Amino acid sequence: MTQTPWTRRQFLHRGGVFASMAATTPLFIQEASRAMSIPAGSLVSSLAGVPQDRVLVVVQLGGGNDGLNTVVPYGSKEYYNKRPRLAIAAPGRHANGALQIPGVDGIGLHPAFTGMRELVDEGVGCIVQGVGYPNPNRSHFSSMDIWHTANTNGRDIGWLGRYFDNTCSGTPEAGAGIAIGNAAPLAMQGSRSMPVSFESPELYRWLGEDLGDDVSSAWRGMPLQDHSDQKDNLAFLKRTTLDAQLSSDEVRKAASRSPLAAWPSGDLANQLKMVAAMIRAELPTRVFYVTLGGFDTHANQEGTHQRLLRQVGDSLLAFHKELKAQRNDGRVLTMVFSEFGRRVGENGSGGTDHGTAAPMYLMGPMVRPGVLGTHPDLRRLEDGDLKHTTDFREVYAGVLQNWMKADPVEILQGRWAPAQVLRT
Amino acid sequence: MAHALSPLPKKNFGYDEAEHLLLRAGFGGTPAQIVALSDLGLDDAVESLVHWETVDAQLNDDSAFRSDIMEPLATEDRRMRDRARQRGDETTLDKFRTMRQERQRQDRRQMREIQSWWLEQLIESPRPLQEKLTLFWHGHFATGYRSVEDSWHMMLQNHMLRENAGGNFKTDLVQRIIRDPAMIKYLNNNQNTRRAPNENLARELMELFTLGEGNGYTEDDIKEGARALTGFTFRDDDFAFNRRNYDENTKRIFGRTGQFDGDDFVELIFQRQSIAWFVPWKLHRFFVDDQQEMTQATRRVVEQMSRTFRRSNWEVRPMLRELLRSAWFYDSVNRQTMIKSPVQLIVQAIRTLDLPARNLTRLNQTCSVMGQELFMPPSVKGWEGGRKWINTSTLLLRENTLVYLMTGRDPTAKAWESNKGGWDARPLVAHLRDLPDRDECHDVVAYLARLTLGAVPTDARTIRWIEIAREHGPENNDTLIRLLSLMTASPEYQLC
Repeated sequence: MTQTPWTRRQFLHRGGVFASMAATTPLFIQEASRAMSIPAGSLVSSLAGVPQDRVLVVVQLGGGNDGLNTVVPYGSKEYYNKRPRLAIAAPGRHANGALQIPGVDGIGLHPAFTGMRELVDEGVGCIVQGVGYPNPNRSHFSSMDIWHTANTNGRDIGWLGRYFDNTCSGTPEAGAGIAIGNAAPLAMQGSRSMPVSFESPELYRWLGEDLGDDVSSAWRGMPLQDHSDQKDNLAFLKRTTLDAQLSSDEVRKAASRSPLAAWPSGDLANQLKMVAAMIRAELPTRVFYVTLGGFDTHANQEGTHQRLLRQVGDSLLAFHKELKAQRNDGRVLTMVFSEFGRRVGENGSGGTDHGTAAPMYLMGPMVRPGVLGTHPDLRRLEDGDLKHTTDFREVYAGVLQNWMKADPVEILQGRWAPAQVLRT
Repeated sequence: MAHALSPLPKKNFGYDEAEHLLLRAGFGGTPAQIVALSDLGLDDAVESLVHWETVDAQLNDDSAFRSDIMEPLATEDRRMRDRARQRGDETTLDKFRTMRQERQRQDRRQMREIQSWWLEQLIESPRPLQEKLTLFWHGHFATGYRSVEDSWHMMLQNHMLRENAGGNFKTDLVQRIIRDPAMIKYLNNNQNTRRAPNENLARELMELFTLGEGNGYTEDDIKEGARALTGFTFRDDDFAFNRRNYDENTKRIFGRTGQFDGDDFVELIFQRQSIAWFVPWKLHRFFVDDQQEMTQATRRVVEQMSRTFRRSNWEVRPMLRELLRSAWFYDSVNRQTMIKSPVQLIVQAIRTLDLPARNLTRLNQTCSVMGQELFMPPSVKGWEGGRKWINTSTLLLRENTLVYLMTGRDPTAKAWESNKGGWDARPLVAHLRDLPDRDECHDVVAYLARLTLGAVPTDARTIRWIEIAREHGPENNDTLIRLLSLMTASPEYQLC
C-alpha cells in the first residue's frame, strides 16, 4: 500500500473538524494516525451519488412569505376578487404581469422572481404547491416550531437534530450541521447534538487574537494534549479547544477564497456564498441552514415583497451557478420554506395577515423540475385561508428517504408518504 | 461504613472550600467575599447561603412591567369578534388580528426586558443560592415563552419559583406548579377536559417533575392521572378550577381507585417508592457532578440525600444543607470539575472579577447562542447541561464573551467598537504591590491564574504568561487584559 502524503487538511477531515465528536473518538492523535493509512481519494470523495457526500441546504424565509403572490394563481377569479390592490396580473396582460412557467397554465411567478423562473427553465428548480399541516397555527413562533420539530405540538427536538441523532453512532459530529446566524435553529437541535453556528466566518474565531501577536501565539501554542481519562470533563474541553482552533482556521480559509460565479449583494446571497465556499472546501458538513427574515408584510407589501423575492430568486440562482462551476451541484439539494403563507384576502393597509399553506421550493439537478402538487382551491377556503394539499412532513420524508438515505418514519416519528420531489 | 454525607471536619473549611461553596451554591465572588465567607466557618457559611432570609435583599424593580398586554378580550369585544366570524366579516376580523399582532409584538419586547431583569437579578442578588435554585427549578419545571406567549405569566412563574425555591417540594413547588397559569398553558391543561382529556401535564408531572422517566408508573396511570387533572385551568392571571370540565367519575391510579382530583393525584405520586430519588439525583448533578453516569460513590450519596428528603417530608433545605456541609461536597474529585452553564459563565465572571455587565440584552443574546436562553428552555425537558453545552462554536463564543466583558468588544460584531473598553483590571492586583521581596510578574500571573482557573497551570502556559507580563509591564492595564484573556480562553476556565 502506498503511503499517502500527510496534509493538514486530510488530518482535519478524518479527525473530525468539529467538536463533540471528540467525546467519543479516542485521542485525536490516534484518529490522525488512522487517517494516514487511508488512501487520499476516499478521504474527500466528491462522487455524486455517494450518500456520505450529499448535502442538504435549508433556506428559511422568516415571517411568513406570501405564497399567493409568489406562485400566482392568475387563472383564479377569486384571487382577483380577494386582492383588489395586491393581485398580480396574468402574464402578458400588463408590463408587471406574472412570469409564465413553460407548460403550466393558470399559475405563474411573481415578476421579480426571475431567478426561480430561470432555475425552472434550466430544469433544476421545483415548486411544491400548497404545503402546510392540519389545524394551522398562525403564530410565528408556534408555526415555526411546528416546522422545525415536524410535530404539530411544536414541543420537541428538531427534525434535523433527530436525523443527526439517528444516523451517527456515538455522539454525532457537531460539524455535521452548520447554521449561519446568531442562533442555533431548533430544527438542528437533537438530543445529543447541537449545530455549529456562526454569523460569519470572521466571528468563528477567538477575538482575543486581536489583542496582540504574542496573545495570538500564546493561545495557539497552548498545550492541549491530554492522555487522561476520556470521562474527564477537562480532557473533553482540551480536545474541543484544539478542534475549535483548527476548524476555525479551516472555515475561515474556506470562506476567504473568491467565488467562481457572480453574486448579487444582500444578506441571503452572502450566507449562501459562505455555504458554497464551505461545500467547495469539502467540509464534512451534511446540512447547512440559512435564514432570511422580513416576510411579515402586514402593510404596504408590494415594494417590500418585490425586493425580497428578487433577492431570494437571484441568490438561489447565483448559488446554483456557483455550485455548478465548482461541479458540486450534483451533491447539493436546497430546500426553501416559510412558517406559513398569508391570508387570501388582503387587509386594509395594503398588506396581508398570517395565513396557512404556501409553496415550498427545491433546487438542484436531482429535483423533479417544474410545478408539483396541487394548488389549493381558492373557492374552498377554511376560515378564510387556504387548505393545504401537501403536508410538509411528506416533503421532509421525501428528502430524508430519497436524498439523505435516512429512515423518515423514525426521524419524523410517524408514517408520511414521501413526496416524490426528486427525479427517480 | 461511614455515613455517605458525613460532615467536613470544621478545621478543614478554609479559603479554598469557601470558594468552592460560593461557586457551586452561587456564582462565585471576589476574594474579599470569599474570605468573609470562610471566616464564618463551615456551619455559618452554609447557613448564610441556605437560609437566605437572613440576608437583606430587594428584588430589582419590576414595577414597569405590564400585566395587561396579553389579557383576554373584554366580553363585548369577544362577542363582536364572534359575530364577525359568523358573518364572515373580514374587515372586522382583520382589525382584531392586527390588534392581536400588535399586542404580541409588545409582549415579546416585554419578554426581552424581563430576561434582562432576571439576568441582572442573578448578577446582583445578595442571595445567590436563591437565584441559583430558581434557575434550577426553571430548568426542572421547564416552561417556554414561545408556547405560553404571555410574558407576565412567565414573570409570575419566576416569582413563584423564587419565593418557594427553598421550600417544600410537594406543597410549595409541585402543588403550585400544577396551578401555575404559564405551566397550565404550556402543557395544555387548559384543554384537558372530561370530554377530551389531554395527557400532557399528567405525563410530564410524573416523567419530568417527580418520578423520572418510566420510574414507577404506567401509560394507564398517565391516562387516569390526566382525568384527575381535568378542570385545572386559569382565568386571566389566576388558577381556576373549572367544575364543568372536571371528570367526576372514579379513576384508577397506581392500582388505587377513587374520585381523584389533581391534588389527590399529587398525593398518590408522593406515596410512590420512587419519588424520593429523582429530584435528589438531579440536584446532585446540578451542584456536585454533572456527569450522566452514576458511580458507586454517587449512588451512596444520592441515597442518603433521598433519605433526608423523605424524612423531612420533602423539604428542600435540610437535604441541601447536609450536602453542602458534607466532606463529599468538598472532596477533591468534585472540585473544578463541572462545566459551567452559559448563565454561570457570565454571572460568575462578572461577580468574581467585578466586571461591568455592559449590555444585558447583548448578554442574553449571547446566552441564547450558547444554548441557554432564560424563559425559553429548548423543550419541556429543560437544559441537559454538562458537555451538551460545549461544541466548537459555543466554546469560541464563551471565550469571546469574556473578551467582550473585559474590553467591550462585541462578540457578535465584525469590528471592534471603540470607546466601549474602559474596564480597569488593576485594582484586582493592586494589593500585590505591598508584598516584600517579590517578582511582580510572577506574582501577577500566579494571582490571576488562581483567580480565574482555580490553580496555576503546571505547563508551558505559565512561563509564556510571565514572559508577556515582563514584555509589557505587569503594572499596565493592557498587560492584565492580555493575561486574563488568555487565561479565560484556557480549557480549565470552562469548569467550576
